[in-house]
Amino acid sequence: MSVADTTGAVLHDEVVPARAPWTRIVRAGQTLRIVDLEGNQAVDFLCYNAADLDERYSAAETVVAQGNIFLTTGTVLRSNEGRPLMTVTADTCGRHDTIGGACSCESNTVRYGHHTKHQHACVENFLLALAPFGRGKRDLVGNVNWFMNVPVLADGTLGIVDGLSAPGKYVDLRAEIDVLVAVSNCPQINNPCNGFNPTPVRVTVSAAP
Amino acid sequence: MTSTISTADPLGARAHARAQAGTVAATQPTIPASSATGLPAGVAPESVLWDETIGAGGYAVRRLPRGARLRITDLDGDGCAGLVVHNARRPEERLNVADTVKLQWNAYLGPGKLLLSDQGRVLLSILADTGGAHDTLCGTATAARNRARYGTGDNFGPAPNGRDRFLLALAKHGLGRRDLPQNVNFFKGVRVEDDGALTFVGDASAPGAHVELRAELDVLVSVVNVPHPLDPRPVYTATPLRCTAWAGPPTPPDDPLRSATPEAGRAFENTDDERLGWERA
Repeated sequence: MSVADTTGAVLHDEVVPARAPWTRIVRAGQTLRIVDLEGNQAVDFLCYNAADLDERYSAAETVVAQGNIFLTTGTVLRSNEGRPLMTVTADTCGRHDTIGGACSCESNTVRYGHHTKHQHACVENFLLALAPFGRGKRDLVGNVNWFMNVPVLADGTLGIVDGLSAPGKYVDLRAEIDVLVAVSNCPQINNPCNGFNPTPVRVTVSAAP
Repeated sequence: MTSTISTADPLGARAHARAQAGTVAATQPTIPASSATGLPAGVAPESVLWDETIGAGGYAVRRLPRGARLRITDLDGDGCAGLVVHNARRPEERLNVADTVKLQWNAYLGPGKLLLSDQGRVLLSILADTGGAHDTLCGTATAARNRARYGTGDNFGPAPNGRDRFLLALAKHGLGRRDLPQNVNFFKGVRVEDDGALTFVGDASAPGAHVELRAELDVLVSVVNVPHPLDPRPVYTATPLRCTAWAGPPTPPDDPLRSATPEAGRAFENTDDERLGWERA
């Protein structure tokens, strides 16, 4: 199904290379589609109120409002002030993560060893993505991980495990207000979130139907 | 009341103001902290750094030096202690709940767990916990959520929201909206079901339950006492919390938390490494 089947004209269509950041303002009513082109590629994602960047995605607000930590069709991504930022209008993967956050050079050292300090990481991508907007470290909060699978066991044990995604799976996000979207196409190679092989994803922005 | 004193002129107004000193409120700080009573066994009064009781809807913020112990007590068993912590020397480093649960491979807090920063370091470690259920996932309520549940959520009203309380705490240290990370909650818990659903555990703590935290760097601790965002009760409910901190020795090289897991070991190594930039060995 092409994105234009469910929305209006395609305004932007781009392949985000493996390991790369991406940003764009998505206007109210427009739909952002993220396609996992080759399968099991985590896409770290933040969005901000474009008119007030201090208002941004909140994992806590989002999961409290729906009473569930997994994201799928119908999920509303909510801001730290409780406002709907984007709505998941389609999801062919099934569930996505809200609790694992982004990989960073620093957290990698704790998880895998000090030898990983110089590996590229999602926080590096977010910092680069936000820099043109005059934003940086203080603007990073717990993010969405599209196509990433983080189950929680009864005793609270959790982990990033093999993905549920597959080539061509996608998620559609309709902007409820004008939002700045920041993406890190995750470069992690030390856990299964990218199948140990980071790959490109496709991002498409289309007009309201 | 001191209503018998005229406040018609400055001298009367001064006398009226001064006559109020010595009043004891239900919730307030102990000044000086060393005059605090009812201290944990073995804590010398002169070592007390902070003692403050926080009532329903209240908040407090405090710098604490490395090695300090902070005991938060759920005095009557129905409080909810929302907490954020920043590196006091460079507050752009702060609590990261995603890294806290991911790096420790567990969503729940308890004795021996660490509160980790976004820089792979330990800000606070949990030395003791008689409270049982806590929460890393739900944050604190916004003004909008409190308006929906209680009809009001303003800081100047009867049901202050946790987010604005945290913003006030941070504002007193020059920090703003960008500086507020997702908080943890002590004394009110949630559980994650197999399908991802969140179940409110609620009031699992007995009167007098406490958590005891140790500062692993110089930290800025902000505490709010507001209903948990999933607390279903229609009445805004939060019984008083007491925060008591005292000076203590920095974590020794053979501390058992350092060797509890490989991840904890490396987080402490990163913490030690950070301090090399501040202090002589």
